[in-house]
Amino acid sequence: MSLIESIRFITPEIILLAGAIIILMFSLFVSNKNVLGVFALSAIVAASLYLPQSQKVEPVLFFNMLTNDSFSLFFKEIILFITGIIILISIGYEELKEKYIGEFFFLLLNGAIAMLLAVSSNNLLMIYLSIEMLSLISYILVAFLKNNTLSSEAALKYFLFGALSTGIMLYGISLVYGLFGTTDLAMISKAVSAGQINNLVSLILLVLILAGLCFKCSLVPFHMWAPDVYQGAPTAVTAFLSVGPKAVGFAVLLRIFSNNFFHLYINWVTLVMLISIFTMTIGNVIAISQTNIKRMLAYSSIAQAGYMLIGFVVGTAGGIEGVLYYIFAYTLMNLGAFGCVILVSNYLKSDAIEDYAGLYKKDPVTSFMLSIFLLSLTGVPPLAGFWGKFLVFNAAIQSKFILLAVVGVINSIVAAYYYMRIIKFMYLEEPKAKEIGPKSVPLQIALAIVTAGVLIAGLYVTPFLNWVKYSQSFF
Amino acid sequence: MIPESHFLILGAALFSIGVFGVFTRRNAIGILMSIELILNAANINLITFSKFSASPDGLGQIFALFVIAIAAASAVVGLCLVISIYRNSKTILVNKINLMKW
Repeated sequence: MSLIESIRFITPEIILLAGAIIILMFSLFVSNKNVLGVFALSAIVAASLYLPQSQKVEPVLFFNMLTNDSFSLFFKEIILFITGIIILISIGYEELKEKYIGEFFFLLLNGAIAMLLAVSSNNLLMIYLSIEMLSLISYILVAFLKNNTLSSEAALKYFLFGALSTGIMLYGISLVYGLFGTTDLAMISKAVSAGQINNLVSLILLVLILAGLCFKCSLVPFHMWAPDVYQGAPTAVTAFLSVGPKAVGFAVLLRIFSNNFFHLYINWVTLVMLISIFTMTIGNVIAISQTNIKRMLAYSSIAQAGYMLIGFVVGTAGGIEGVLYYIFAYTLMNLGAFGCVILVSNYLKSDAIEDYAGLYKKDPVTSFMLSIFLLSLTGVPPLAGFWGKFLVFNAAIQSKFILLAVVGVINSIVAAYYYMRIIKFMYLEEPKAKEIGPKSVPLQIALAIVTAGVLIAGLYVTPFLNWVKYSQSFF
Repeated sequence: MIPESHFLILGAALFSIGVFGVFTRRNAIGILMSIELILNAANINLITFSKFSASPDGLGQIFALFVIAIAAASAVVGLCLVISIYRNSKTILVNKINLMKW
């Protein structure tokens, strides 16, 4: 397919870019959160209407730099959903000054473009470029509260970790290029299956590339940035970081390892299994002692990434379906949890878990929604999180990864403690004297959407399973 | 003519110096410079492989151009973040930047 013909497959990206530039120009005259927010939201809706359908014969786009398979479409839908919800959340987030809201939406829409490109890249060059674009945008978003020391400290830590790990990944990519003479994943896959590569060399390459992706998904040993960044960043950005880059990281991980490097499965499976076990355990154990809810959710999201990795380790069709469903469910419940944290911190002016004491008496709706999200993160049926865990553990048991499944289940029990602790604080403790202020309407709309999502994806699971199965079919 | 392996050893040495620098430097600017070393190590690799490959197609050189552009962009963002942390806490020594831990 020629370059001009491929352009219509990137219509969503073009719409988002146009929307971002218009917002940046408009923000010189209008600095009303609601106006700019609605405009950004309409750009997202337009982009999702113009998402290209998947074709019977996959087209070769931009010299095979990009692809348009069902797998990338799944992630594109999730990414546009995430960005839309984040826009609604950030309209209701009081710490963002109206003066800078134009720049904020500009960066957010550009982040969405970077993510859309990353999940559809079919070439290591394109993967590197889009991941780096996403990283640069996230560094700036984390530092968005200019005069807040925590925010700049978090951004500096995020930047140093991120630059190091993408640097390591780039070095790995340069070695891949040296070995195969190409960066095209399809051609590399052909060379790998022809068995032209020796085991030690392939292990070194895989470790180097894993380093960059582990950072994006906040997996051990590249998880140390997550708690600090989640705590210091503006909470709307934290919500974005905890789901967006993580979904992208898993998409790239699955595309490179489960699809194109699958012939090297024996080489990477033990390593990734160890990463998964350590990620779950470290995330859950440290989360127990946290007193700040954002920091606790950071460790919980590290642990959740560990559960997702189980399906990736298993590597069968069932395992990958589990990962995809888990990412979908995780997106809903984590966005919801952070949305509730913003709603509460808008009137409590605090993120400490003790200040949630007796929230039920003052704000029953928010406490009920937060409880649903926390229960879903724990994996209580019939909520969405339960099905994610069920699919992943089931795949592990069927492929005889008993150790992995056992560690996963033990970890979910440990995790129940710190999720339930917040619910206990909200419902059973005596309230402290603090008035609740007015609640932002866009934020409540966002919360209503994700609550409905968590309930529907849990109770009426069949269409979602079919969706996941169809998205996985390209493997 | 200098053989391919010499360039690759240079690249590996630069990479190792860079990683070592990131872990031992206390000054944020020093860490930034070490990260640039890592990126340039990858550049040397890419250009060497492109030059010495059996069928040179220039892909490695194009890749290196992209990496140079990205390195410039990330240096800009990095320096901005260093300035912002200096304004807020009057230090750029990373061991003094420890408001959040555990």
